[in-house]
Amino acid sequence: MLAVAFDSAGSAAVKDYIRPAELSQFMFDFMGWDRSLSAHAAAPTYPCLIDERHVVGELYNMINVPTAVWIDEQGSIVRPAEPAGASDGFRFMDRQTFEIPRDAAEAGKRTKTTYVEALCDWIEKGEKSRHALAPEEVRRRMRGLSWNESIAAASFRLGVWLTKQGHAEAGQKYLDDAVRLRPESWSFRRQRIVLADPALTGQFAATPEYWEAVQALGEEGQYYPQIAMEGMPPPYRPK
Amino acid sequence: MAQTILSGNQEATVDGAWAEGDHLWVPLVELRRSTGWKLESQGLCQGDDCVPIPSDRRRDWLDEQRGQLDFAAFSAHLGGPAVRDVGHDAWSFGPAVSGRGGLERSQGSGPVPAPEFSLPDLDGKLHSLSAYRGRKVFLFCWASW
Repeated sequence: MLAVAFDSAGSAAVKDYIRPAELSQFMFDFMGWDRSLSAHAAAPTYPCLIDERHVVGELYNMINVPTAVWIDEQGSIVRPAEPAGASDGFRFMDRQTFEIPRDAAEAGKRTKTTYVEALCDWIEKGEKSRHALAPEEVRRRMRGLSWNESIAAASFRLGVWLTKQGHAEAGQKYLDDAVRLRPESWSFRRQRIVLADPALTGQFAATPEYWEAVQALGEEGQYYPQIAMEGMPPPYRPK
Repeated sequence: MAQTILSGNQEATVDGAWAEGDHLWVPLVELRRSTGWKLESQGLCQGDDCVPIPSDRRRDWLDEQRGQLDFAAFSAHLGGPAVRDVGHDAWSFGPAVSGRGGLERSQGSGPVPAPEFSLPDLDGKLHSLSAYRGRKVFLFCWASW
């Protein structure tokens, strides 16, 4: 496993701020984790990398987190970028209490479990796994960038650089351009929010601006697209 | 004078680079460090991938007397846009656009190679994807926000 953090504040964002002494029910429900996992020590045995300029996001056309790519022993993509077992249940949470409806939390857990089981299947069986996609299907699911999306990537990169050089106002202009040109990129949108307010570094930056954008998705919009995987349950919708 | 170039995984401020309108002239000795590209006999190369310089563009792109390349022109040929901040002498080059030439990995047939990258860990040690060849990789991306 290679973990990559899209954090423009660098290692400080993940080293100094993220220290959950106790995981809240919200985190379990949001992530689809089982409570038994909290018994494990959280010392990773895999490389944890910092991607301040979202280079991997650009290379693999990722627009949100958590997103994952499966790569085989020959360095070929087996499954291109897709939500790593994440689902939209959090959209229906009570924003005062952070409580996610029980059926939404259960649906999220099923999505996460299905994804992890598929990953384990591939780890064990390799190309014989039914979840390992043929190259033609990998190509079909991947697409190159449009002109505006490429400008968005270049603008985002420039905005981050200017901000880190101490030119926050100049940087925000390009970050705004990135969000305007690629509004579906939650990575651009949320990183921009944190760069505009450094006090949010290392925090779950769920600002009013962020919630407005989530709300704008409406009934049919998806924050995390449905994962096209055998056995994956349908997206959660409240009854 | 100096220009800062943000291209792919590269970020470099290059003394001797200069801008004129839409043109960005980069000294050839600095080209690889600042952009990841290198001038070879077969054209401009990045790793194993090479892009020939069209014969009718050579004189436009390459000032062999001064030893410099118009990187903005080359990037446009690859199909990627450039965003320039004049006030801070900075250029950011976007990835090649689908269907506009370049080195689109998702075209063609056969396995789709995973794009290479190198990033630091929490202790600053660089890790490259290629170092994990021979092992399955679950590339998991997240963020603190």
